[in-house]
Amino acid sequence: MPTQAILIAAPGAVRREVARWSVTLKVGSLMLLVIVLAGIFAPLVAPFDPYFQDYDRVLLPPSGTHLFGTDQLGRDLFSRVIYGIRIDLMVGFIITFVPMIYGVAIGALAGYYGGVLDSVLMRLLDTAIAFPFLVLIIVVIAILGPGVQSIYIAVFLVAWTMYARLARAEMLVERSKDYMLAAKTLGYPTSRIIFRHALPNIIGSSVVFSMADFVLNILLLSGLSFLGLGIQPPEPEWGAMVAEGRDFIFENWWICTLPGLAIVVTGTALSLIGDGLARRFGQRHQAIL
Amino acid sequence: MPENHQALLEVRGLVTEFSLEQGTIAANADVHIRVRAGQTLGIVGESGSGKSVLCRAILRLIPSPPGRISAGEILFDGTDLLTLSEAEMRRVRGTRIKMVFQNPMTSLNPVRRIGDQITEGLSVHYGVSKRDARDQGVELLRRVGIPSPESRVREYPHQWSGGMLQRAVIAMAMAGEPQLLLADEPTTALDVTIQDQILALLLELQERTHMAMLLVSHDLAVVAETCDQVAVMYAGRIMESASTKALFDAPMHPYTVGLMNSIPDMGAAAERLVPISGQPPDLLHLAPGCPFAPRCAHASSDCAETPIALNEVAPGHHTACLYPERITRGAP
Amino acid sequence: MQFLAYILSRLVQMVPVLFLVVLIAFLAMELVPGDPIMLMLGGRANETMLAALHAEFGLDRPAITRFFSFIINALQGDLGTSIIQRQPVSVIVGERIEKTVFVIVYGAVLAVLVALPLAVIAAMKHDRPVDHVIRIGGMIGMSMPPFWLALLLILLFGLGLGWFPIGGYGEGFFGHLWHLFLPGLTIALFLSPILVASLRAAMLDVMGEDYIEVARSKGLSPRRIMFKHVLRNALIPAITVLSINIGWLLSGAVIVEYVFSIPGMGSLLVRSVGSRDYPVIQGLTVVFALFVMLTNLAADLSYMLVDRRVLRK
Repeated sequence: MPTQAILIAAPGAVRREVARWSVTLKVGSLMLLVIVLAGIFAPLVAPFDPYFQDYDRVLLPPSGTHLFGTDQLGRDLFSRVIYGIRIDLMVGFIITFVPMIYGVAIGALAGYYGGVLDSVLMRLLDTAIAFPFLVLIIVVIAILGPGVQSIYIAVFLVAWTMYARLARAEMLVERSKDYMLAAKTLGYPTSRIIFRHALPNIIGSSVVFSMADFVLNILLLSGLSFLGLGIQPPEPEWGAMVAEGRDFIFENWWICTLPGLAIVVTGTALSLIGDGLARRFGQRHQAIL
Repeated sequence: MPENHQALLEVRGLVTEFSLEQGTIAANADVHIRVRAGQTLGIVGESGSGKSVLCRAILRLIPSPPGRISAGEILFDGTDLLTLSEAEMRRVRGTRIKMVFQNPMTSLNPVRRIGDQITEGLSVHYGVSKRDARDQGVELLRRVGIPSPESRVREYPHQWSGGMLQRAVIAMAMAGEPQLLLADEPTTALDVTIQDQILALLLELQERTHMAMLLVSHDLAVVAETCDQVAVMYAGRIMESASTKALFDAPMHPYTVGLMNSIPDMGAAAERLVPISGQPPDLLHLAPGCPFAPRCAHASSDCAETPIALNEVAPGHHTACLYPERITRGAP
Repeated sequence: MQFLAYILSRLVQMVPVLFLVVLIAFLAMELVPGDPIMLMLGGRANETMLAALHAEFGLDRPAITRFFSFIINALQGDLGTSIIQRQPVSVIVGERIEKTVFVIVYGAVLAVLVALPLAVIAAMKHDRPVDHVIRIGGMIGMSMPPFWLALLLILLFGLGLGWFPIGGYGEGFFGHLWHLFLPGLTIALFLSPILVASLRAAMLDVMGEDYIEVARSKGLSPRRIMFKHVLRNALIPAITVLSINIGWLLSGAVIVEYVFSIPGMGSLLVRSVGSRDYPVIQGLTVVFALFVMLTNLAADLSYMLVDRRVLRK
């Protein structure tokens, strides 16, 4: 199994694995690596302090000193975008992969046991998809107030459902396979059967989906911040920056367009990885839903 | 023995190749067959022998990556089909050569009415009006033995059984009075009781229209009942071809003998079934000589090395075996 | 008769979900930390007003009773009253539904117009350069935040070309078409990549089916096969995709309405969060969910028209 090959991490095994990667996977991974490194080493990469307001250098267009120009408070936009990597990628990562963990677990359990647990889960899933995701999150934020904690709570409440659905579907197929029945007759505890034996095989579609989900979550996060319901200024979150630049769109276009471009580039890198993963793990016609 | 110029279909030296990840295989290698009008040629072989590919090659339906026809001629009524443009070939497919496929349950589009699909070719190639097409559809269904065709013509495939669907597929093939019918395992997916009916239907239609028929099957019994001439295929090559009577009376190839020995004969006293020993051929790694040599009881060392070709050993009876004299029926 | 039975069974399946939806809407005000009435009134609260409103909202009664009144009222179409706007919620929301519907339908139509040709090309030339270009283009398109796309279009058309108005709803049907073109286009561009990918996959699946080979053996042209056989069969999964993505359509509508100042349900939702207008938020929750469920029902029903096999179940 490919995942186990990576885990063993002998250099030869890693090199052989990477050689099997498609162009999209390689390009996407490289792009993401650059972005992540830029975020980690932001103090080194960013020429200015992202919060520093210089009233002598307000609304400057892109130039040699200020690659992305400055905003209405004289802050260097390039530095803000670089620091923004930390916010968008980290929050995006958390709100994607944490729900994935318990979502897959719940779906696997429901798929394995069936019965009442499964029926209840299905009702919940149907309800969750009855709401536009953004609307549901906004409602939760309406209750809890704006801010990143509300986003976490809201997403953690809702986002697991898609993974539960995927894992359940795969478990339904998997549970009647011979190796599962064999493990059962050998008397292994159910938790071991589900998590040691079944899990590596049912996790494929969830992993592929998680990449698309990561992109959508970054869009969600930046969208909420754009609406003023998410991360608040002066934090350099990309969506919030676009909102701040909205009043200046005609004269000083760079303030709202360039942070958005950062979202596009990051999202494209993640989508490329997702596409590469889908090919690598054999899900050829998997639509990026 | 029919002269060359009387053959409606003559395939000469056909080579069909497929490029796979692991290498290139020749699904058809140097295939020669001949069919006359009003005659049925049976092609017998195991799965993987290349018989289905042959049918598709004749109609030029080979998917072009990864497959291609790399050599040979397909002469139909004097014209080499391989020289035609795609548009001209489409015309041939719609009007003069038709095909019946193996699985009737998947041969029809589930969301369109049966009648529409049967007469689609008529509208496209003959410009028949909708009303006339509908009437002709009813008539075609009647000819293949569907009861109350007037009402059934508007139904959908999921409402019919496998046997009825295959009749519909045959009706679809008969639309436009083709000169040649290619039947790729037309009864394999059907119940045994239905098989005979379908075969009888095909023969009856052939008699009425004097069309030529190519019947592909893995089942020797089917071929014995319905065909005038037989060709035996193995690993993409024709191993033996003769009239049906000649083949069954005196087979001239060890593979043919092996096939016959592995069929239970209901009439005769109980004999032991003798399966053919060895493994099916690996088309990626074939020896230059006879592909059956590894499994042949009569083979000598030069069999695997000497490239084979069809030789006429009796009037109208061809074999690719180098030493057909070593064969006596029933010998191990 | 089969049609009726099918419709009824779908409607019955909707009931438990509706119940949960109403529950969630109810909880929207219920779970607010602190006193929702005070939050709604802001600084203008005084004792008598508070007491009166508490009574009106039934906050002195236990939660269960309130929940049941909520359900009963909702069933009669009464979604409560907004203190802030001093109007019944159903009136406030009602006059905005049509605008959101227009935006969504417009966006969906444009999305299909953009996606369908691209998907056909991608399927017919699959695995060749054009297909890869379309796929990569789709990835980039999917990463474009709708609010950013909207602003870009405003920049282009407002500053650059001035072809389309950049806000508002307009008068009359054609006024709407003109004013809502940019918002609709934003939604379309956001939705297309998903549509193209799914349609292409559905078409490739169909193209691998036996009956397509049969169609080719009848001498039908590739064009005819695509339009008469492949597309029709690929429509079924395509309808699924569109209805699954109704959620995203609505989410996109929220953002688009906000940016383009369209007086629809989406911009109302955003405003109500800021002004803490909980009754309106509750009403909108129910309406949005109903919207999605009805759309899914319509999609299921349209399957019946395209594929008769569905009725057999």
